[in-house]
Amino acid sequence: MLLARILDEKFATLYRGGKIFGGVFLGRGQEALSASVGVSLRQGDIFAPLIRDAAGRLAFGETVLDAVRTYLGSPLGPMRARDGNVHRGKPKEGLLAMISHLGAMISVVNGMLMARRFNGVVDTVGAACIGEGATSTGAVHEALNQASVERLPLVLVVANNQYAYSTSTDRQFACESLVERAVGYGVEGRSVDGTDLEACLAVLGEATQRARDGYGPQLVVADLLRLCGHGEHDDASYIDPRLRQSAMGRDCLDVAREQLLDRRWADEKDFESWRSEAVAKVEEAVSKVQREGGPDPYKEDWNALSSKHLNDGHNAL
Amino acid sequence: MSITYLEAIREAQARALADDPRVFIYGQDVGDFGGAFKATKNLAQGFPGRVLDAPISEDAIIGAAVGAAIEGMRPIIEMQFADFSTVGFNQIVNQAATLFWRTRVPCPITIRLPSGGTTGGGPFHSQCLEAIYAHYPGLVVMTPATVEDAYSMLLEAVAIDDPVIFCEHKYLYYHLKAEKLPTEALPTGKARIARHGRDMTIVAYSAMVHEALAVAEELATEAIEVEVVDLRTIKPLDTDTVMASVARTGRLLCVGESWPWGGVTSEVIARVATEGFGLLDAPPQRLNAKDTPVPYHPSLWAAHRPTARSIAAAARNLIRL
Repeated sequence: MLLARILDEKFATLYRGGKIFGGVFLGRGQEALSASVGVSLRQGDIFAPLIRDAAGRLAFGETVLDAVRTYLGSPLGPMRARDGNVHRGKPKEGLLAMISHLGAMISVVNGMLMARRFNGVVDTVGAACIGEGATSTGAVHEALNQASVERLPLVLVVANNQYAYSTSTDRQFACESLVERAVGYGVEGRSVDGTDLEACLAVLGEATQRARDGYGPQLVVADLLRLCGHGEHDDASYIDPRLRQSAMGRDCLDVAREQLLDRRWADEKDFESWRSEAVAKVEEAVSKVQREGGPDPYKEDWNALSSKHLNDGHNAL
Repeated sequence: MSITYLEAIREAQARALADDPRVFIYGQDVGDFGGAFKATKNLAQGFPGRVLDAPISEDAIIGAAVGAAIEGMRPIIEMQFADFSTVGFNQIVNQAATLFWRTRVPCPITIRLPSGGTTGGGPFHSQCLEAIYAHYPGLVVMTPATVEDAYSMLLEAVAIDDPVIFCEHKYLYYHLKAEKLPTEALPTGKARIARHGRDMTIVAYSAMVHEALAVAEELATEAIEVEVVDLRTIKPLDTDTVMASVARTGRLLCVGESWPWGGVTSEVIARVATEGFGLLDAPPQRLNAKDTPVPYHPSLWAAHRPTARSIAAAARNLIRL
């Protein structure tokens, strides 16, 4: 969580300094939920994150270096500067590289799980994360129904951060809570306070285990508030100040810190050293990547197919 | 013994399932029922657990195919009608077609699109969508015109490490027969000279190849020798074979069953006009369906798309230019 927050803050700084092409999308306020998804997964599982899942990615095993290389457009990163920012992953290692139509990632996870079942692999699960906005898309409906029909070990996590870009939940859906939809799909549903790390760990741990144990798809709906804009270009002036002042508006990092102090699992000195460790790690990665330089268009092969001989390429420059 | 175009498609899938444990079939009604057109007849029984009925969810069907491909499988997807693939369009063009370029992970999926008009099909069961898929980078688009190609190209589609849009023509399903299945085939991406002639080149693909061949037969009685080029795959497009034919004949007519704006015929003409202008003795011509939805009534439908009659008229006009 802490490392993700510090990494995100660095990206925001680089963005303001004009060092990043395109947008920057932060997970501020969503780290507790995100980290809980990541730590609930094991090596060999599948993770399709949403755009605010730096914490979950790190917990799942993505390196700071991969994140920095993608944001800064290094050809050495997993996307080789062909794609950027949050559109990164290593599908063969179970970390999917999202397309922008986020709901479309869920059925990809389904297909990976179906393939594993074909091949007799039954002890892995797949987690897909979306926001409440994506639940309004047809792709999400199709995919959750598909997962339920096939009884796949899918954990679908909905981070209801109250705003899809600027659109509030009353213009997004009309049911009381999105978790009500679970019954309609024939899947198990759970709600959680997304600002509460302990609660998130418990609920995600349980949902992931249920999926792993063969109880079919699991829907987890977390309520929280995005404590930043949609992207760093957005001042989030549309967020209702009453929400900011409500319990939902509390910073999950502060909540987690209190929980750790209460249980005496950590003290102030620990926080300080974790923080400086994280800062050093991020700074080291950024300075390394900044020396790597950008991609060379003349070295790009401009082939969209893996079968090189089938590329049309006619009239291409 | 004779085998139809549809049976060739079924046989190719049976062989792919038998030869490669990574292959499975997923689509609506493809299981015990054997598919809306019976292209998967008896396959669920012959290959238990590997021919799966899907919910009516084209988006999720293609998405799942991409996921399975990431895990090393080689799914064959049946879209019940090409027209319905638009519901899965996003997954095809944004997910499947970008995967390799973005992540270096190949996406070997085959998407079968039962395409083209049949009598009474109407606006939503008759479309030819090859051009819209060819527009996107990252896809191979096949349009087999013969029983032999339906068989060998479908096997090739499954073997290719990239997403293949396999446009099989419904009109040819039962009409077209061959004596036996082929044992060898032209490489993917190579066009075929379906008939030799010295006076003009008609470039066609899919069902229009047979209309063009009928025209060539007819014009031969008027001492006009038509060369017919069957493109076989429209992406990649075999520009060399088209150009070589135009070099021999000096005249070009392109025929496509899909709509006129953009598309295969305009692409062929653009390539010949820009790179082979000096080969042309007359302005290149093209013939497509009318720019309306595909009509329901047989008499409207017959007038909507190119037929041997309208192609012959265009060819006679071209020979006089």
